[in-house]
Amino acid sequence: MAIAFPAPRADVLAKRDRVVAALRAIVPGEGVITEEKERRAFETDALTSYRRVPMVVVLPETTEQVAAIMAFCHAEGVPVVARGAGTSLCGGSIPQEDAVVLGVAKMNRVLDVNFADRTMRVEAGITNLAISGEVAHAGFFYAPDPSSQLACTIAGNVAMNSGGAHCLKYGVTANNILGLKLVTVEGEIVEIGGGALDSPGYDLIGLLVGSEGQLGVVTEVTVRILRQAEGARPVLFGFREIAQAGQTVSDIIGAGIIPVAIEYMDREAIHICEAFAKAGYPLDVEAMLIIEVEGSEAEMEAMLARIVDIARRHDVATVKESKSAMETAAIWKGRKSAFGATGRVADYICMDGTIPTGRLPDVLAGIDRIVKGYGLRVANVFHAGDGNLHPLVMFNVNDPAEQVKAEHAGEDILRLCVQLGGCLTGEHGVGIEKRDLMREQFTEVDLLQQTRIKTALDPKWILNPAKVFPLDAPRDEAPREAA
Amino acid sequence: MTLHTPSSPADLAAVVAEARRAGTLLAVAGGGTRSGLGRPVQAAAKVSTAKLSGITLYEPAELVIAAKAGTPLREVTEALAARGQRLPFEPMDHRALYGTTGEPTVGGVAAANVSGPARINLGAARDSMIGLKFVNGLAEDVKSGGRVMKNVTGLDLVKALAGSFGTLAVFHEVCFKVLPVAEGERTLVVAGLSIPRAVEALSAALGSPFEPTGAAHLPATAGEAARTLIRIEGFAASLAYRTDALSKLLAPFGGIETLEADASAAVWAEIRDAAIFSGTDEAVWRLSVPPSAAPALAERLAPLSPRIVLDWGGGLVWAGVAASGDAGAARFHAAAKAAGGHATLVRAPDAVRGAVDVFSPPAGPLMAIQRKLKASFDPAGVLNPGRMYPGV
Repeated sequence: MAIAFPAPRADVLAKRDRVVAALRAIVPGEGVITEEKERRAFETDALTSYRRVPMVVVLPETTEQVAAIMAFCHAEGVPVVARGAGTSLCGGSIPQEDAVVLGVAKMNRVLDVNFADRTMRVEAGITNLAISGEVAHAGFFYAPDPSSQLACTIAGNVAMNSGGAHCLKYGVTANNILGLKLVTVEGEIVEIGGGALDSPGYDLIGLLVGSEGQLGVVTEVTVRILRQAEGARPVLFGFREIAQAGQTVSDIIGAGIIPVAIEYMDREAIHICEAFAKAGYPLDVEAMLIIEVEGSEAEMEAMLARIVDIARRHDVATVKESKSAMETAAIWKGRKSAFGATGRVADYICMDGTIPTGRLPDVLAGIDRIVKGYGLRVANVFHAGDGNLHPLVMFNVNDPAEQVKAEHAGEDILRLCVQLGGCLTGEHGVGIEKRDLMREQFTEVDLLQQTRIKTALDPKWILNPAKVFPLDAPRDEAPREAA
Repeated sequence: MTLHTPSSPADLAAVVAEARRAGTLLAVAGGGTRSGLGRPVQAAAKVSTAKLSGITLYEPAELVIAAKAGTPLREVTEALAARGQRLPFEPMDHRALYGTTGEPTVGGVAAANVSGPARINLGAARDSMIGLKFVNGLAEDVKSGGRVMKNVTGLDLVKALAGSFGTLAVFHEVCFKVLPVAEGERTLVVAGLSIPRAVEALSAALGSPFEPTGAAHLPATAGEAARTLIRIEGFAASLAYRTDALSKLLAPFGGIETLEADASAAVWAEIRDAAIFSGTDEAVWRLSVPPSAAPALAERLAPLSPRIVLDWGGGLVWAGVAASGDAGAARFHAAAKAAGGHATLVRAPDAVRGAVDVFSPPAGPLMAIQRKLKASFDPAGVLNPGRMYPGV
């Protein structure tokens, strides 16, 4: 195992019975899970190569229960790992043996829909897709659309600042949240923001979104909802050379055109996804772009005409427009199931670096070199418009040596992203997976400023331990007190 | 007052280190065009970013620009305009409102999270800020974010610092994501609506698929009826289509007139800069609320404020009031709270702003978190003491 977990604390394990009793007093009935075979269901997330069975699992149904759980665990110094649907790709919700898993999945109600203000208040355990589903009848939707949107919760989206294929136009989670109900580590309930576009004081919503469960537990979220475009049409562009696809992306944006999505797939990814989704992807090309435009029929045609013109200047080999809602669904099914489809042909680790889009050819050549150097294969799917890369490094999980190689290849790819001016993670988060690479991107004082905030809001470091920060990250002993 | 004008991040850190050692409080300044925003700062010395100037990165095809904090905003907007691009958040220019001169800076826009009418569709300054380099109150030179638009690596200090008014750190470089300038713009105007009807009309437009980038309401003047304004942007065929569609949608509210290119830009510059309050001696309040709460709020404020401007579809309310006494502070904060939002006293004499809450104070536990955040960046309280709240 390459990624270390801290040894479980004997003092915490020793009081397991008392913890269970206290949790049962807070959450009656089946909301406290103690049987080992049931706890095992919570031992990992979508980073399945790492597993730790938690000490106990609690599934509260109200914010007040969450507050009571936090107050108890904080007083007792018991680690708490908050969990949505457990779809994190970076191990952001993998527990440890001395931790309470606090699952918010039972808190999944819609609390308020306000079409006049274009906002919606939901409990944190609702799934991403259920939010849009609630308002689809009126032609509205919630914009960020991670590939796991059928399963993943808004709680997890808030924790990871999730993106998706359409955030080129609509932004990521942080740009679409107006309010949070937060339970602090001490068990206080705090309302931040609400129906207005900004809130007084420091931007705590901005700080909490993407904080990976390090600073508190979110139980309610006020999201912006948007009116759907009149129509949306994805078009497939196949290229014989990778560089042609990269140049097409640069020229589209350089020409002042911002499509709603620009997705890139390489030959390997095209073949894997086509075999799974039968989306009509071109199989005789090295690279493919899925470019989606929105608007009325006339608007889409005008914009597509310009995009096709640019692609032709770069010798596009195939142009295939969706002709029906069914084709559109198939095209997106292929892209959004890229991870699952790859899982059918091999085990893989999914990387998530971001690069300046102008460096796309460099990073593709670099990834190829790195992966071949380890004797492995890779399928590349990218959000090309914003430079967010998802190389899927394939390996055989039954070959421990190959798994280590794949992890090393992944790390080398992320180092390359940082060297090219990018970052370790664009939308999946750091979790345990990239924790030990943080020094590639940050200096000691950069990390120290972050850990000071962590210490200020979670003085005992009991929230989602051993994630985000290297285990030996610099930190102050106690919170700094204002003068 | 001692003035420090460091010309490098290391110099800046040295200034903060010395102030911290000597126990000197530091006022933090960019171009000084918005120094009237926030509570008056009592400090023996001032650190200015004036000599930290210049664009450090501009990649039009990547939609990204970075500049040192003291760079005049004009330099950035001109460089962008030369390549057909812009800052998406349409920052307000406070000079006319305050009667200040000089140049607004990149750092000032970031520190005050200054946004304009386009915020309703394209986000606030904080949404476009993707990277920040700064010196905190411990004199450490820190960075967060970077130059790529999708980045969730570590805590997002960029957003925590946007709108922190120099109380957490002194910025020395800011990176923004940018957007192309739309090929054209047009404004649809409905005349003579009451505020409740105006908010209904704006809400209908904002809930349509036609993506307005401005949704405002200007009060009646001596010569002109109230105007409810909706801005759309795009290429010619799109403007034509959307004008037609929106006109049908808004037909129940009255006749529609249109303002083209320059006339449209001019009216949105007025709204952006709260121009109807320029050159008056009123105190000026800015209230941020859920749009549907705006009509009741406006009715409550009407006895104090005859002229009320709505932006952001009703979510942003500008109101003038006599600058005497507490400049209406107690009533405005109470009214904002009742409406589910908050209020900011944007313009008033120093004596008033020193005596009342300029920003609505966050409720108890929320204020405690604010103080913890302040302490984690600036434990000794060296930077811009009291600009936001007493002790913060």
